[in-house]
Amino acid sequence: MPAATLIFAIGNESRGDDALGPLLLRELASWLKDGGREKGEGLLEQFELIEEFQLQIEHAMDIKDRKRVFFIDAGMDTPSPFHFYRLQASDQPVLYSHALSPAALLNVYVQFYKESPPDAYVLCIKGETFELGELLSGNACENLALALTFAKQCLLEAESSAWNITSSRRNNL
Amino acid sequence: MSNSLETAQHPETLRRIAIDPISRVEGHGKVTILLDENNHIHQVRLHIAEFRGFEKFIQGRPYWEVPVMVQRLCGICPVSHHLAASKALDAIVGAKQLTPTADKIRRLMHHGQMLQSHALHFFHLCSPDLLFGFDSEVSQRNIVGIAAKYPETARRGILLRKYGQEVIRHTAGKRIHGTSSVPGGVNKSLSLAERDELLKDSEEMVAWSRDAVQLVKELHFKNSELYNSFGAFSANIMSLTAADGSMDLYDGQLRGRDAAGHIMFDGVKDQDYTTLIAEQVKNWSYMKFPYLKTLGPEQGWYRVGPLSRVQNCDFIATPLAEIERREFIAYSGKSLLHAPLAYHWTRMIEMLHAAETIRDLLHDNDIMGSDLTVRGERGFEGVGIIEAPRGTLIHHYRVDENDLISMCNLIVSTTHNNQAMNEAVRRVAQQYLHGHEITEGLLNHIEVAIRAFDPCLSCATHALGKMPLEVEVLDASGEQMSYLARAGDGASINC
Repeated sequence: MPAATLIFAIGNESRGDDALGPLLLRELASWLKDGGREKGEGLLEQFELIEEFQLQIEHAMDIKDRKRVFFIDAGMDTPSPFHFYRLQASDQPVLYSHALSPAALLNVYVQFYKESPPDAYVLCIKGETFELGELLSGNACENLALALTFAKQCLLEAESSAWNITSSRRNNL
Repeated sequence: MSNSLETAQHPETLRRIAIDPISRVEGHGKVTILLDENNHIHQVRLHIAEFRGFEKFIQGRPYWEVPVMVQRLCGICPVSHHLAASKALDAIVGAKQLTPTADKIRRLMHHGQMLQSHALHFFHLCSPDLLFGFDSEVSQRNIVGIAAKYPETARRGILLRKYGQEVIRHTAGKRIHGTSSVPGGVNKSLSLAERDELLKDSEEMVAWSRDAVQLVKELHFKNSELYNSFGAFSANIMSLTAADGSMDLYDGQLRGRDAAGHIMFDGVKDQDYTTLIAEQVKNWSYMKFPYLKTLGPEQGWYRVGPLSRVQNCDFIATPLAEIERREFIAYSGKSLLHAPLAYHWTRMIEMLHAAETIRDLLHDNDIMGSDLTVRGERGFEGVGIIEAPRGTLIHHYRVDENDLISMCNLIVSTTHNNQAMNEAVRRVAQQYLHGHEITEGLLNHIEVAIRAFDPCLSCATHALGKMPLEVEVLDASGEQMSYLARAGDGASINC
């Protein structure tokens, strides 16, 4: 069986704030490798971490047999510092280019496996600049730090229903 | 060959319609159409925000970092950049002839990329247009609509994609940011377990690819009048071919034909591409317009990609794809078939060729060899050309004494097709928009023509919240008359 929780970061680290997803994922990877310190041993086994440039149709197969999926992405119109929300499969038209939105991916999952997708959440971190060769912007650095604190707490509470308390948690930061 | 609709005589007196950006095309594109008060078209232009900052991004870096770094130029075809850069930098380490293992691992990776890219384009990006029609409900024109009505087609699309990605993962070493192709060869071959894992599904991938050719052929035959005329225009063509004239997507020499199919040049070595091609800058477009020097910018533009490759080669070395190529050539008659919608048919022939090539390479024990790299006399300049899924991709580097990149020039497939895509849009505008009020269905006709080329525009970020489609109508004075935007979740905004 695959790990119960899939953490799926999307982004290109050479395109300015698009690196937010991959950078957060790597921070989480190193934190989990250390056992989550506060949590003790065994935390790493509960999670699988995947990084991709973009979501594609075949990624529906990566979320099979998971209890939950945690998408991490950068957003242009996202409220600062980030937005955390529960995701529903979307049957709306998908007009993205060569990439899918997380909601569209869940819908591909439903169509492909003929079953409900795992619980899915999006942590979308506010970014500002996305040009090739740019570094992470100053504001994005701050947002990343806040998102990391929040994400660690989420992972520690992965087995509870606390994830469903969404935007209120963000607002309390 | 050029269409007179590139520049209007008096644009200041015309109405402007902008479609920005184009949905289901990677990155940012904008189509502007200038209309007079009677809705007569006077000017049509496809603007593409091309890859920006390539040179700045790459120059000054150590050459051995480049094959990994260039993958970040494009989230859609990173493998093509990885391999084209490696090929160019082979010359820097003096690797004139790769080991059989290195050559075959790179080819395996490349055909994995070709398979997954073509599968995505056909099953996800264009099949909604082809199966539901260009005027169909927007809610159907996507993979979800396909999955609902054609579940097996959608399922195979996903599994073909997944298989291609697995080939890439095993050969490149990682899902993304692969590191295995290096100047002079590769740094890993396949283990027996990896080979066996890929081998077990390889025949099924060939069978499904063959079915996909039949499906697209059926669609073409069923509506041949539309498919042969939609956005059709004559063009020169160019691609790599092998020394024996066969299709070679990984390596070879440049061959070009004129619009009638006569060979204009052949056997041009990759290192000599600058003797053949120049690039023109136009003040209305960020993207350059490449052309053949001997013909000049007006007559020398050309088309690349599957439609050119299938018609440019003398044969395909894998048997099933060759049968399909022959049928395509017989269908097109004595001259070349220039219809943009024929891209889909030829793309599926190439997907079949990729699936056959993968299967055959997996039966070759060289892919598990241990002789991975070669070195020779140090060089200071190299050119690598590869046939990427969308067409010819050129990487050209100079490296200084300190091993740093001092010059880089990249001509990507979409740039080669810049003029050709503009021509297609103009033809479609003439065929379908002239004298008509603009509707979503009509606008989609333009998008259908652009999508046929499978352009990869700008490799934009995918960040959540972007508007994938905007339509703006301006009058002659620049005042906005109407506006239509469609968000990624399908919601429409009118004002």
